[in-house]
Amino acid sequence: MAEPLMNPEDGVEVGSQTHIKPYTMNFGPQHPAAHGVLRLVLEMEGEIVERSDPHIGLLHRGTEKLIEYKTYTQALPYFDRLDYVAPMNQEHAFALATEKLLGITPPLRAQYIRVLFSELGRILNHILNITTFALDVGAITPALWGFEEREKGMEFYERVCGARLHANYFRPGGVASDMPAGLAEDMLEWVENLPKAIGDLETLLSNNRIFKQRTVDIGVATKEEALDWGFTGPMLRGSGVAWDLRKSQPYEVYEEMDFDIPVGKTGDCYARYLVRVAEMYESMKIMKQCLNNLPEGPVKSNDYKVSPPPRSEMKDSMEAMIHHFKLYTEGFHVPAGETYTAVEAPKGEFGVYLVSDGTNKPYRCHIRAPGFAHLQALDFVSKGHMLADVVSNIGSMDVVFGEIDR
Amino acid sequence: MASNKEIDESLVDVAEHVEEQLGGSIISHEIINDEVILIAKREDICRVLQFLRDDSECKFEMLIGLCGVDYPERPQRFEVVYNLLSLTQNNRIRVKVYAGEEDFVPSVTKVFSTAGWFEREAWDMYGIYFDGHDDLRRILTDYGFEGHPLRKDFPLTGHVELRYDEELRRVVYEPVHLVQDFRNFDYLSPWEGMTDVQLPGDEKGTTLEQGWKPSDASVGEKK
Repeated sequence: MAEPLMNPEDGVEVGSQTHIKPYTMNFGPQHPAAHGVLRLVLEMEGEIVERSDPHIGLLHRGTEKLIEYKTYTQALPYFDRLDYVAPMNQEHAFALATEKLLGITPPLRAQYIRVLFSELGRILNHILNITTFALDVGAITPALWGFEEREKGMEFYERVCGARLHANYFRPGGVASDMPAGLAEDMLEWVENLPKAIGDLETLLSNNRIFKQRTVDIGVATKEEALDWGFTGPMLRGSGVAWDLRKSQPYEVYEEMDFDIPVGKTGDCYARYLVRVAEMYESMKIMKQCLNNLPEGPVKSNDYKVSPPPRSEMKDSMEAMIHHFKLYTEGFHVPAGETYTAVEAPKGEFGVYLVSDGTNKPYRCHIRAPGFAHLQALDFVSKGHMLADVVSNIGSMDVVFGEIDR
Repeated sequence: MASNKEIDESLVDVAEHVEEQLGGSIISHEIINDEVILIAKREDICRVLQFLRDDSECKFEMLIGLCGVDYPERPQRFEVVYNLLSLTQNNRIRVKVYAGEEDFVPSVTKVFSTAGWFEREAWDMYGIYFDGHDDLRRILTDYGFEGHPLRKDFPLTGHVELRYDEELRRVVYEPVHLVQDFRNFDYLSPWEGMTDVQLPGDEKGTTLEQGWKPSDASVGEKK
């Protein structure tokens, strides 16, 4: 019979019979808190996570391979299917990268519309993330309240492009079509009433004791660690780094917008939540400015070698007809070259590394998804935490498997 | 426009600074679309990235991404592309190394932790072997997958397909069977008319072997 051991830390008697063996646990791929198809292999020391090994790729569809076989116009809708929570932000990155290679700039109205819908996407994304995150840690009401507002926002998506999710709206050279009459007024009304809805969410969560117990000091990443692990977006700002591509490397008309970059202090799950909430208010500010200053004019480039001519012109112009035909069969040719173009997507830096060989199809299109880098750090942020905290960490990372698995 | 020019010069400065400091490790640099690209020696990649991260004039603190590119016609068919971002200098830089199918690229996980999964992805997609990576498993493809799908010689349809077998009561893998051949339409006729590509029948439009020949004047009129 072995001597009963004393654990010096807590003074509890641990006998040889009660020795805790490392235990491997499988989490997912079908688990409501996995935010999709995430399989985690967790090495547990009792209730403490020693190592977590995310197995991803269950939603891998070979997007990058498919894009190599499609023309630039056909490749664009694949970007809706990456982060399907904020589809237009992804399209934005690809449209900007293609435009950079083509050397064209979309008209001002198109730029405003793009910024407007990117910010709408950011709000919708953050509503989804905050509410489902709250759901993961035990609060059901935020999801019920938040999704009502989200659905209203999705209606604007639908009105502008015909689809709630897979928009295919931003195109190289502008946007697919102008906003329908009355949409801007309705959006402005929604944006003006939104602070109340977000405020309601905040009253449910920000000072909620249970929510704070589950998120404060959980999954802490310092500034250095955040940089080392390639964190971007709210994950990086939650760790106290004031970095936002919309401010530091402004694209489109962000330079003209008046908004602030919220920065967290503690780098834990709670700080990321706070950053996201504050970001929604900033996005509302940008949306309002876009709606109030929306210029008149065309919404797509008048270079018919890139964007199709208007349908009315096609009815009696032979040239327009030919352009249309060529664009939708052959597509446009992009000069040989390469670019890495990134946008500040709601989840972080979403970048497209596009290599063109001068033909009508991309030679290589690498998609840099923020969630991919974030999920990689799950092992490091969860180490030494309890099993339930892994769920908090996943929730605060804002993972969407469409973009991680690609 | 003025600001664009300014950025341009600072980019050149960064590239030249790195080339000067790292001497033999950098083969060349180029600037495409206002983006600096350094071509580095494969075996020195860790040193290059460490320098770029720590040097006070560079400060590229973040490895944004890493990916492979396949050029089958080259002697060293793969290109590994490292995209770096400097938050303090608000700058981006791209480092490339070349690797053949048999070569290994030193892993940069010791320099940037985030490289881990990106290198696993490049291994999975291209079969580029990263030396010194302590967990170089496949990441995106299925368990037991064979081949490297993003290589240009890997067919878009893949080699196997899977279905649920009612009799065996499990998922089975079978060679891909396409009812119709995969159709890859070639729309590559040049946009600006028939300039340098000759399609069948083009010879009729250019020079006539016999019969009436257009005079110089009428050719000029057509143009």
